[in-house]
Amino acid sequence: MDIQSCVEVRNEWDIVSARQLGRNMAKELGFGNVDQARITTAISELARNIYLYAGRGKICIEPIDQLGKKGLRIIALDNGPGIREIRKVMEDGYTTSGGLGAGLPGVKRLMDEFSIESTVDVGTEISATKWLR
Amino acid sequence: MRIPILKLHEYLLITIQVEMDDQTALQFQEDLLNKIHDTGAKGVVIDLTSVDMIDSFIAKVLGDVVRMSKLMGAQVVLTGIQPAVAITLIDLGISMREVSTALDLEQGLDKLRLELEG
Ligand SMILES: Nc1ncnc2c1ncn2[C@@H]1O[C@H](COP(=O)(O)OP(=O)(O)OP(=O)(O)O)[C@@H](O)[C@H]1O
Ligand SMILES: [Mg+2]
Repeated sequence: MDIQSCVEVRNEWDIVSARQLGRNMAKELGFGNVDQARITTAISELARNIYLYAGRGKICIEPIDQLGKKGLRIIALDNGPGIREIRKVMEDGYTTSGGLGAGLPGVKRLMDEFSIESTVDVGTEISATKWLR
Repeated sequence: MRIPILKLHEYLLITIQVEMDDQTALQFQEDLLNKIHDTGAKGVVIDLTSVDMIDSFIAKVLGDVVRMSKLMGAQVVLTGIQPAVAITLIDLGISMREVSTALDLEQGLDKLRLELEG
């Protein structure tokens, strides 16, 4: 299981599939209860954002092993509208959909590393990593 | 999928035992409000012991359901929130400050009884 697994996100049920995949991989890699919940929650936030704002996209999850340092990486990809003001969407409470605006800043806190690349009218790629302690 | 709502005297009891997708969560919100309306229930316990993940969407639905129930005259207590879930909610920046909670179903019922009768 050193390969990447992906889930296509097109509807609400795909969000559930993505987080189940994440939980299973996190469990297999040896993450504890709390980190499993963090990883699952982060995947849920990213998958829902894809569904809500881009319509469709995919979530890929991969185990990582860098010089003996093990972890799990989530990559969320879409070809949606992109994000115009990245700094704004990383603020707690910022939402364009009447949500809590907790998703993206939340994912950043739930995970150890976080990066976001987005181009308007091209799409968004978000990558987030959790290291095994 | 529908989450069953049980009636016990003037209380409603819900044990969430399914992996909640968005539709299930919204359906539950609607079902609970209808049930409060139909039964005149004064208290509701929602037990989350089997729930291993609450994201911002589910947190919003739960927070809304508590506020909506209050508007209809019913107090809601959330019970059994797992430690891992409590930790991730704080990571998300969601405090659930205005929501009443208890350790388990039994203590949730005690809390309602105290608030409603005391
Ligand atoms: N994949 C995406 N493509 C385009 N815009 C996005 C994407 N993900 C997030 N956004 C924008 O960033 C904003 C903030 O996202 P975030 O997940 O933090 O909050 P939210 O989805 O609005 O609410 P919550 O996640 O708390 O339910 C969104 O309202 C949306 O405008
Ligand atoms: Mg979101």
